[in-house]
Amino acid sequence: MTLRSYVVARLLLTIPMVMLLLTLVFLVVRVLPGDPASLHFEKQVDPQMLMEFKRMLGLDKPIEVQYLDYLAGLLKGDFGKSMQDFSPVSQQIFSAFPATLELAIFSMIIMILVGVVLGAQASRSYNSLQDHSIRVFGIAAYAIPVFFLGEVMIMVFAIYFHLFPAGDRFYAGVTPMGLTLGDLHLETGLYTVDSILEGNPSKLVMSLRYLFLPSLTLGTVLSGIFIRLTRANMLETLQLDFVTAARARGLRERTVVYGYALRNALLPILTMMGLRFAALLGGAVLTETIFSWPGLGRYLVDRISFRDYTAIQGVVVFFGLLVAMVSLAVDTLYAYLDPRIRY
Amino acid sequence: MSSEKPQGRILIWFLPALTGLVRRGLAGWAILIGSAIVAVVGVITVVSPWISPYDPIAINVGPILSPPSFEFPLGTNHLGQDMLSRVYSGGAIMFQVAILSVIVCLVVGVPVGLYASYAGGHIDQLASFVMDSIYAFPGLVLAIAIAAMLGPGVVNMALSIAVVYVPSYFRIIRSQVLTIKELPYVEAARMMGAKGSAILLSYILPNVIASIAAIATINFADAVLTAAGLTFVGLGLPVSTPNWGWDLTYGRQLLTSGAWWVITFPGLMVVLLALGFTLMGEGLSELLNPRLQK
Repeated sequence: MTLRSYVVARLLLTIPMVMLLLTLVFLVVRVLPGDPASLHFEKQVDPQMLMEFKRMLGLDKPIEVQYLDYLAGLLKGDFGKSMQDFSPVSQQIFSAFPATLELAIFSMIIMILVGVVLGAQASRSYNSLQDHSIRVFGIAAYAIPVFFLGEVMIMVFAIYFHLFPAGDRFYAGVTPMGLTLGDLHLETGLYTVDSILEGNPSKLVMSLRYLFLPSLTLGTVLSGIFIRLTRANMLETLQLDFVTAARARGLRERTVVYGYALRNALLPILTMMGLRFAALLGGAVLTETIFSWPGLGRYLVDRISFRDYTAIQGVVVFFGLLVAMVSLAVDTLYAYLDPRIRY
Repeated sequence: MSSEKPQGRILIWFLPALTGLVRRGLAGWAILIGSAIVAVVGVITVVSPWISPYDPIAINVGPILSPPSFEFPLGTNHLGQDMLSRVYSGGAIMFQVAILSVIVCLVVGVPVGLYASYAGGHIDQLASFVMDSIYAFPGLVLAIAIAAMLGPGVVNMALSIAVVYVPSYFRIIRSQVLTIKELPYVEAARMMGAKGSAILLSYILPNVIASIAAIATINFADAVLTAAGLTFVGLGLPVSTPNWGWDLTYGRQLLTSGAWWVITFPGLMVVLLALGFTLMGEGLSELLNPRLQK
């Protein structure tokens, strides 16, 4: 199997996977009592008005028709209209996504930095007090609810020391504008990138300040597994002949560990990154809620109270696609980096 | 308390097993410490009605937002509720949700995993595909989506968590069964005319039970964290039930007033319980998989 046919096969497999999740959520939504129409009105409502409203949302049709309608829309890239404010869900998803993406990227950087550095450090000092403390930290990081850590961060860094903002993404009204060259307007929605495009260092600093606490929170919670993985891989790599050879040549221990061994221990970490991306998105939901970060997670949580079926389905489908794409990208990159792997 | 005597007997009964664990090195210690933490939190939760100084949901038992003091060792919240009493009793919900979700996972995941991977062929492919699809998806998002549909309640929270974790059981069991079913002793049983169900239950299952125990303890930890998370996004139980998740939720609004004690103690209890289960799970899987034991 060539790499190209592998990629095509994987892409095709994404479709039934997302369909399955969608069907699950779709059915659970509709089988259970309570619907967006009744939630839209106060307790006492004219049944005819309720019926009319349901017809407007398409909820009067049989469930299989609703399902097929929704699928037909999805094929055209139409996520349907929100049942709460009636605007297109795809538009809402795309406007909230950059915030989540930016948070995810920075959390991932912190997660990798903390995980790899601590893991490598632990392997260097194998079976010492430092090694044990790092391992305990890794397990503890896993056991901390991300929102509790977020609250502690807010308490310490925002409220007590006033070092960082306690929430939100930017000052309202002065968000970075991106690059405008004549008719061409370039805006990514990632505030750090947009600040750079705008050429405004103070906005860059400000957006980083807002990003710091949420990404530190999410990155720390997810770093545990990387600490363990790096440590285990490094312990194995450090015993290999080429490391002994490097040591024998009289290279400094730091060069041997970080320059030689770590590089070889990084491949499995890349795979793990792909696998943990889903956990990252899940953690982002709670992180966004605690830090009032206007991303997809908070959108989902906001819409749940309204039983906004289309919005919830839309986020599930979007996350499903995203996870599938990332894992495909990671696998492809893996094949590229390690020439021994063939599909 | 009347529960002390049987506890003592159980301890003596377990003592040989305990010393055996300690001889296993770090992994044994992890299991031991983890179980001890879980046991302590469990006992506190069970006896909380007798040791709580106040009714955990009674309001205005003390001044509003009083910092830890002699009378209120963990302070009071914005409703004048005693935090110590809430910390004692707030675990009941966590335990109920976690135990129930583990039971559902065991009841669904174990038979499906055993049967599908033993049968092989299309059944295995289909089951693997369904499980892998759910496994790949952000678990918390799925749990939130399902819990939102099911509405609040212990059973519903447990169900939504179970949907997310059944695939983990399935994958672990499948990977083991695929190896075990090719082993000579299973082959021999088949030759001797043992029925499929007998092979599964008396030849394969006993060899997977240890792995199931390991994944179940990790499942416990995750269920505790997810239950707290679901409560945090407003999908938990009504305020009338003492619950660490709730304390963390409204504690968020109280942070600006400097009331650190409202979130710190319930949060630490969640961490402690999840840590206990995680240590147990880590220790168990390290014992079972000596290759990783470094």
